[in-house]
Amino acid sequence: MKLLTLNFLTCAVKACKSSSASFPLHPKDCELVSDTIAPNPQLVYNVLPRIDWNALVTTASELGFPTLPATAPTKEELENDEKMMKELHTLLLETSVSEGILVCGNCGHEYRVKEGIANFLLPNHLV
Amino acid sequence: MSRPEDTLPPDLHYNDTEARKYTTSSRIQNIQASMTNRALELLDLTSPALILDVGCGSGLSGEILSSIDPSEGGPHVWVGMDISASMLDVALQRDVEGDLMLADIGQGVPFRAGSFDAAISISAIQWLCNAESSEVSSTGRLSRFFNGLYASLKRGGRAVCQFYPKNEQQRTMISGAAIKAGFGAGILEDDPGTKNSKLYLVLTVGGSADEGTGGDITGVVKGMEGVDVLDARKKHREKGRKEVKKGSKAWILSKKEQMERKGKVVKNSSKYTGRKRHITF
Ligand SMILES: C[S@@+](CC[C@H](N)C(=O)[O-])C[C@H]1O[C@@H](n2cnc3c(N)ncnc32)[C@H](O)[C@@H]1O
Repeated sequence: MKLLTLNFLTCAVKACKSSSASFPLHPKDCELVSDTIAPNPQLVYNVLPRIDWNALVTTASELGFPTLPATAPTKEELENDEKMMKELHTLLLETSVSEGILVCGNCGHEYRVKEGIANFLLPNHLV
Repeated sequence: MSRPEDTLPPDLHYNDTEARKYTTSSRIQNIQASMTNRALELLDLTSPALILDVGCGSGLSGEILSSIDPSEGGPHVWVGMDISASMLDVALQRDVEGDLMLADIGQGVPFRAGSFDAAISISAIQWLCNAESSEVSSTGRLSRFFNGLYASLKRGGRAVCQFYPKNEQQRTMISGAAIKAGFGAGILEDDPGTKNSKLYLVLTVGGSADEGTGGDITGVVKGMEGVDVLDARKKHREKGRKEVKKGSKAWILSKKEQMERKGKVVKNSSKYTGRKRHITF
């Protein structure tokens, strides 16, 4: 599961819908893989305004990456800074959680990730 | 021929054998590819988008989304949800680029509000008409799915769902659930009346109400043949206004539903919702 996707994914438990602590999910004991994906700057510009930057900073630090800048770069900054664009592409699209657990900060529910596939099936009483 | 939907739940029907058979059949590959392309035409995306694939299966649609040339507004990045571990397993073996999730769309769509530019679903949502167990009704599963889908799409976003309803009643039940969730809806039928007939539920999320722009269903399907515009939002609202007294419990519940659809955080409803609070000393 790409870090891009993790930045949109929330806890699926019904009671967590009204809690801001149910996003982002917190990676625990995670293994990461990196894939090579062709640069797609238009996609990055498109999703940039929708990225929750604070959540991305949290996720990156929980996964042990060097600290991200406190605020999101603007489209103009990315256009003029090839290195920054490349790094963001690598972080969002090429870095994936392959094994591990995603934990909800509100209810503590643990979602298993196996071979990159997160299991979001819930028992009926949590739906 | 009997419908698989009538005999087994989807995660059991699509087991390892069926998932492999399904994905390697060149007949199925061709049909699914042509429906995916038709859905993409209806989504009308002009630049690389983040797309949710509902009931993505082994990734037959996803492979197309990932391979759209930049000159045609691609490639798109997608996230697929499916309830069958075997189908997802085949997707892994095929090394698809999208992210895969093992999830039941009848339980909802666990993404924050406004996440996706668009959603696509090919040959999947009719499965929601078959309740998994007596504990949960198909109406409840349809409404959780469409409410979740509605919230997860950005304003002005679209969803196109090709589906195989068993009969007129299922067709109405599905489109009705989408409209109730707040979507503008239309149904497009290709090759009507033939055995190759295909139905596409075209859904739009708010945005602009001007006719002819992205947000409105009549603009999306204008000039297309065989389109049935199902935009019942207005009727729904007028009816609601007449019957529901402002401040009543029903009124509060419908306001809360509206807010929830917009992705707002809403307090859980209970038997106390809308009751007068007595002052106690
Ligand atoms: C006919 S296959 C289509 C797969 C893929 N969309 C394609 O076009 O090749 C139907 C898919 O819907 C999935 N499905 C059925 N019910 C589902 C549910 N409740 N939640 C998620 N996926 C579901 C099945 O597991 C199956 O993979």
